[in-house]
Amino acid sequence: MMAARTRIWFLALLPVALLAVLSLVVANTGVVSFLRQGVPPVEELTFERVTLAPDLITLEVVNGGPDPVTVAQVIVDDAFWEFTVAPSPTVARLGRATIQVPYPWVQDEPHEVTLLSSTGLTFSHEIPVATVTPSAGPRFFGIFALIGLYVGVIPVAIGLLWYPLLRRLKRRWVDFALALTIGLLVFLGADALHEALESAAQLAGAFQGTLLVVVGTLGAVLLLQMAARTRLEGGGAKGRGAVAFLIALGIGLHNLGEGLAIGAAYSLGEAALGAFLIVGFMLHNTTEGLGIVAPIAQDRPRLRTLAGLGLLAGVPTIFGAWIGGLAYSPLYATLFLAVGAGAIAQVVIALYRVVGRESEGSMWTPLSAGGVLVGLLVMYGTGLLVAV
Amino acid sequence: MRGSTRLSRRELLKRGAAGAAGLALLGKAGEAAERLTSRARDPHAAGTVGSVGDGSLDPMAFLGHFDHGRVTRLPSGQILREYEIHAVDREIEVAPGVFYPAWTYNGQVPGPTIRATEGDRVRVHFRNVGTHPHTIHFHGFHPAGMDGVFEPVHPGEDFIYEFDAEPMGLHLYHCHTMPLKKHIAKGLYGVFVIDPKTPRPPAREMVMVLNGFDTNFDGENEVYAVNTVAFAYQESPIEVRKDELQRIYLVNVLEFDLVNSMHLHANFFHVYRTGTSLTPDEFTDTLMLCQGERHIIEFTYRHTGRFMFHAHQSEFAELGWMGLFNVVDHVV
Repeated sequence: MMAARTRIWFLALLPVALLAVLSLVVANTGVVSFLRQGVPPVEELTFERVTLAPDLITLEVVNGGPDPVTVAQVIVDDAFWEFTVAPSPTVARLGRATIQVPYPWVQDEPHEVTLLSSTGLTFSHEIPVATVTPSAGPRFFGIFALIGLYVGVIPVAIGLLWYPLLRRLKRRWVDFALALTIGLLVFLGADALHEALESAAQLAGAFQGTLLVVVGTLGAVLLLQMAARTRLEGGGAKGRGAVAFLIALGIGLHNLGEGLAIGAAYSLGEAALGAFLIVGFMLHNTTEGLGIVAPIAQDRPRLRTLAGLGLLAGVPTIFGAWIGGLAYSPLYATLFLAVGAGAIAQVVIALYRVVGRESEGSMWTPLSAGGVLVGLLVMYGTGLLVAV
Repeated sequence: MRGSTRLSRRELLKRGAAGAAGLALLGKAGEAAERLTSRARDPHAAGTVGSVGDGSLDPMAFLGHFDHGRVTRLPSGQILREYEIHAVDREIEVAPGVFYPAWTYNGQVPGPTIRATEGDRVRVHFRNVGTHPHTIHFHGFHPAGMDGVFEPVHPGEDFIYEFDAEPMGLHLYHCHTMPLKKHIAKGLYGVFVIDPKTPRPPAREMVMVLNGFDTNFDGENEVYAVNTVAFAYQESPIEVRKDELQRIYLVNVLEFDLVNSMHLHANFFHVYRTGTSLTPDEFTDTLMLCQGERHIIEFTYRHTGRFMFHAHQSEFAELGWMGLFNVVDHVV
């Protein structure tokens, strides 16, 4: 018995041990230099975060390439400029460095920062509109909480106010509302996926942005499916309650990503968040509240439950805005957005089942298919107000 | 004067030897990284950080160095000057910590400044130890076969250029192998001075080659300089004596950009266009030069102190083509 177990372990670890030995051989003999003969080093530096203080530009870079990169000089707007770099000008693979450039930048004007490596390669970052990056403090948290409140919490809460209406509707119109919710969620999921991929494109190559999105999205789908399996399969009021919870969670994760994007854009001076944009987001996100209450319209949930669902969906916007404004990292933004897309995909699957079960198989009636379409169209229409 | 960690001359030579011994690229970069100092600075100062320690070219030594050749007499009595020039690939440091894979004459960019007197016989023993075919194309009078255009010298081959030095003036030499732009941008150029038979008046003489480097090979220069190293004479100002005649052999070889220029602060200079006349053509403080254009300029400082000189294209100036004269009563 013992021998059999040892044997299993041996068989499992043998290839691992061989790999380890081989790795040591590759690392410690001349194999690499032989293979790389004459090929110049591949250099890659990615700007993770650029912040502005009076007379100071701070650049945080990450080396996503296979070789170390040495930052030799800094050029700002076609002029070599003084700088300091910490912890070291030479940035190892997956290493980071913070570069401070004391530069008299001009409010509201674009600036371009270029890093010149020891081999003469250049890595540039454009600051589209220069303005002081907000720093942590009561004012910062206040402003971003207010943005999150306007963009996330209030619209969702207003959307929840459709609950009394839904309760008074005939059954087929409730199904229509559910179908509309599916359309809305599909739109949000696609939006989150799109933003995740867009953010993935800014990542250093080593982080494999696109695949991170795949892992994050599918991971979220699978984990949520596993966790919610028993409740969802139960059906009835319990199942519908679980669906509403998952919708709120999915929307919450999506809004976290949205908050991240808004906070980051605001702090990086990439978007002046105008009144138009805020009103747009409010309209856009109000439909989310409708989506949350649609599955439980017939169940008379308690007010506390409704409020809880609303907060779950809306409040993450505030956290997102804080994180995005203070410590934006494309890596985490990509991951959050991908997880959000996965959570929404999972809830669409669950909702589809609910609709299928309640309508006893006659899924694609004109009313339900029309509901999905209307959901998509409403989101697209209100999206016109927020898309930049 | 900003506090900087300057390297002593000996340290430069040591590093140069280490470079010649074939220090690996990353090793060199790491060494350069060590030299990058962190200094708190006022935010209105353009310039590079650190100092150049590569040793392939000491801008201060290059400034006043002329190669007069090995001098003998031909049976006819004519003076014969013989020069040795080889083309060799070499990585050079064009700004602190920034290395450029150059093609050089004698391991330096610009190549050695060749100097002869009008009417001398010039004989240049050229050897190509680089990796591409190269030539030397001299500006001046010479037979067709000595033009360095249709006689590519392949790696490992030799060629002897021979002609009489004329006309007097300030000229240049450069590789004329196609693609021409590449061979010039990579660093194959130098200055060729032909003195008049009656010498010019005594003066402090300096050679300034206006050049630049496209370090990321995108067809635009990242680094601009006078004599290769960005801000070299800003980091170490050139000491000159008040009331002494200054003569600059000013040659523009800048690739990719249409024009270059020279502007002198708090002074005016006489311009001898192409150096082909002993009477000045112009009295100005800003001079424009296209690629291949070169002029001798002469001036005297009336006041002591630090005076800037730079390209009057502000962009070039802030990307390295900026320097300082430190005018003193007596040069120590």
